[in-house]
Amino acid sequence: MTRTTIKGLLLASSILGSAGLAHADTTLTIESWRNDDLAIWQEKLIPAFEAKNPGIKVVFSPSAPTEYNAALNAKLDAGSAGDLITCRPFDPSLELYNRKHLADLTGLPGMENFSDVAKSAWTTDDGKATFCVPMASVIHGFIYNKDAFDQLGLSVPTTEEEFFAVLEKIKADGNYIPMAMGTKDLWEAATMGYQNIGPNYWKGEEGRLALIKGDQKLTDEAWVEPYRVLAKWKDYLGDGFEAQTYPDSQNLFTLGRAAIYPAGSWEISGFNTQAQFKMGAFPPPVKKAGDTCYISDHNDIGIGLNAKSPNAEAAKTFLTWVASPEFAEIYANALPGFFSLNSTAVKMTDPLAQEFVSWREKCKSTIRSTYRILSRGTPNLENETWVESANVINGTDTPEVAAKKLQDGLDSWYKPAK
Amino acid sequence: MKPRETTMDVSELKRPRRWHILIFLLPALIVYTAVMILPLIETLRQSFYNTVDGQYAFVGLGNFKVLFGDPRWAADFWNALRNNFFFFLIHMAVQNPIGVALAAMLSIPRLRFSAFYRTAIFLPTLLSFVIVGFIWKLILSPIWGVAPYLMDLVGLKWLFAPWLGRPDSALIAVSLISVWQYIGIPMMLIYAALLNIPDEVIEAAELDGVTGWSQFWKIKLPLILPAIGIVSILTFVGNFNAFDLIYTVQGALAGPDKSTDILGTLLYRTFFGFQLQLGDRSMGATIAAIMFLIILAGVSLYLFVIQRRMRRYQF
Repeated sequence: MTRTTIKGLLLASSILGSAGLAHADTTLTIESWRNDDLAIWQEKLIPAFEAKNPGIKVVFSPSAPTEYNAALNAKLDAGSAGDLITCRPFDPSLELYNRKHLADLTGLPGMENFSDVAKSAWTTDDGKATFCVPMASVIHGFIYNKDAFDQLGLSVPTTEEEFFAVLEKIKADGNYIPMAMGTKDLWEAATMGYQNIGPNYWKGEEGRLALIKGDQKLTDEAWVEPYRVLAKWKDYLGDGFEAQTYPDSQNLFTLGRAAIYPAGSWEISGFNTQAQFKMGAFPPPVKKAGDTCYISDHNDIGIGLNAKSPNAEAAKTFLTWVASPEFAEIYANALPGFFSLNSTAVKMTDPLAQEFVSWREKCKSTIRSTYRILSRGTPNLENETWVESANVINGTDTPEVAAKKLQDGLDSWYKPAK
Repeated sequence: MKPRETTMDVSELKRPRRWHILIFLLPALIVYTAVMILPLIETLRQSFYNTVDGQYAFVGLGNFKVLFGDPRWAADFWNALRNNFFFFLIHMAVQNPIGVALAAMLSIPRLRFSAFYRTAIFLPTLLSFVIVGFIWKLILSPIWGVAPYLMDLVGLKWLFAPWLGRPDSALIAVSLISVWQYIGIPMMLIYAALLNIPDEVIEAAELDGVTGWSQFWKIKLPLILPAIGIVSILTFVGNFNAFDLIYTVQGALAGPDKSTDILGTLLYRTFFGFQLQLGDRSMGATIAAIMFLIILAGVSLYLFVIQRRMRRYQF
């Protein structure tokens, strides 16, 4: 704790160039997995807060995304975690709250700025207590290379059939890899693949809630069909996609070698700086023209208070600020693609981000099917979905076998409430 | 550990007691106990406990019953153990013979630049596994990798495949990366053993007309067998404790389709959790306890059965 504080102070003083002598400032440390956002916190968010709240210093201290959950749990158990905890959505944070690592924030001034849906990812099952301030959600869809589409005379596909027709044309032309996605890191296949196109087949919230209730099973047609579609993607991925990692996919697309990128909106800011061509986005294609479209608008990030923080008052001041429209506006514009969950409408300037968020008007929103309740047991449904989605695309498992494995795993511990 | 016991025996036999031996051993003993033995005992203890109805309680062999009895736990465990044995077999079949061959070549007196080769071959062992993993991931990358390019130059591009991404080749590829990294250790140990063979023995052999290959098989190999035994046991312990390289190259889920999952990665996922999966300390400790038993069994087999039968030669 002391060491991180000292390190944090050194970091803060060197980067912010604060010349102030050591008077009794409170230093708040934020734990986060968003190491990509370090610059934004240090240059925009923290100065904006510190200007208004003299006496409170904030240090943003991120760790690697894949290690965050394990590292955070260990730090919390050892009592060395920071004052503010960036919250993963749903069960991981709920578990932290149940183990009294996160403080109850239900009465926090500023909480009224969020709708129940926005808070759902960080609220107990009975809806009584909220333990994290919602920060942002991410939307899934496809980002495409507009220049490539113009060059090949392609129009944005709206149905599954059109989508594969477009892929076929790009493949026939041969100049571009039709779609940039790999299965090496497993989660791309699940998150950018299955959870991206899936909601159109299982009808978003309707299917997700039915699954939780036990009325539907993962072996039902609505849940197997997206796997069948995913299996067809194989022919349109780049050479050696089995060993293609997530950064490989990002680079293939931003270097202009691939035409379509199955995306999450969090890519927008990175792509804006990397890509030298015009980009557009389209929502996951529906099965038949005229079908209602569903999008995955997933509550992704919140921030909570370490229950053992010695600086709880200062931390609450900070959290109230995070709940304010001011924070929402800075955050949403600094990080286009992380859409504010604040009830106050935020004006965004990025065209790609505007395109993504516009789908909220015409499509129905849902969250990722595996995140709430269904990943509480062993085997973990989310992790299994990673493995099976990659298997389906690699051709290791057929869609039916993959679905059966997932359902069997779920059945082994999950008993739907009657 | 063995020499320590023998010194203690000697000190008890003679009078006056040589207390300074104990004093000199103490720092190492304290450090070793604090960082190795106590955590080991604590892990073993934890494998007999679990949370029952929210209470931390003694469950006897309950955790082990779940690990071997529950079809999913058992499938994961046996898969990891099978992969681990395969990982070990590749090391034994590739790393150690090549290590012996390299050592034999290095010990040829006429060889030029032998110091350079020795250093160059030993160097990867000194590199961090993170660097090794990252370099090889890049080399083997089908998109930017130098491997497909080099193979193309010699007209072998058709042989290239995204090895790290295929369930049937990923484990072999990762094992070979590990072999590449650690080949220096058997080479050095066996090289030292070869240098220890007295010249008189070799000269006597030559007088008897035993030269070249038959000299290696009949004279040198029997003399370096104890060194090969040590190398094998080091490989065994290292392989069954392996985790780092697989984690850096294939991630904690040890994909694709858990084909590179070994005991170390299974333990990590279980103990610390991964992504939405929360850590389960009791089951993690149970897997760690099994790993300890496997390694203990392997080392005991070597110490009590193989090493005793091995013939040693005194010069």
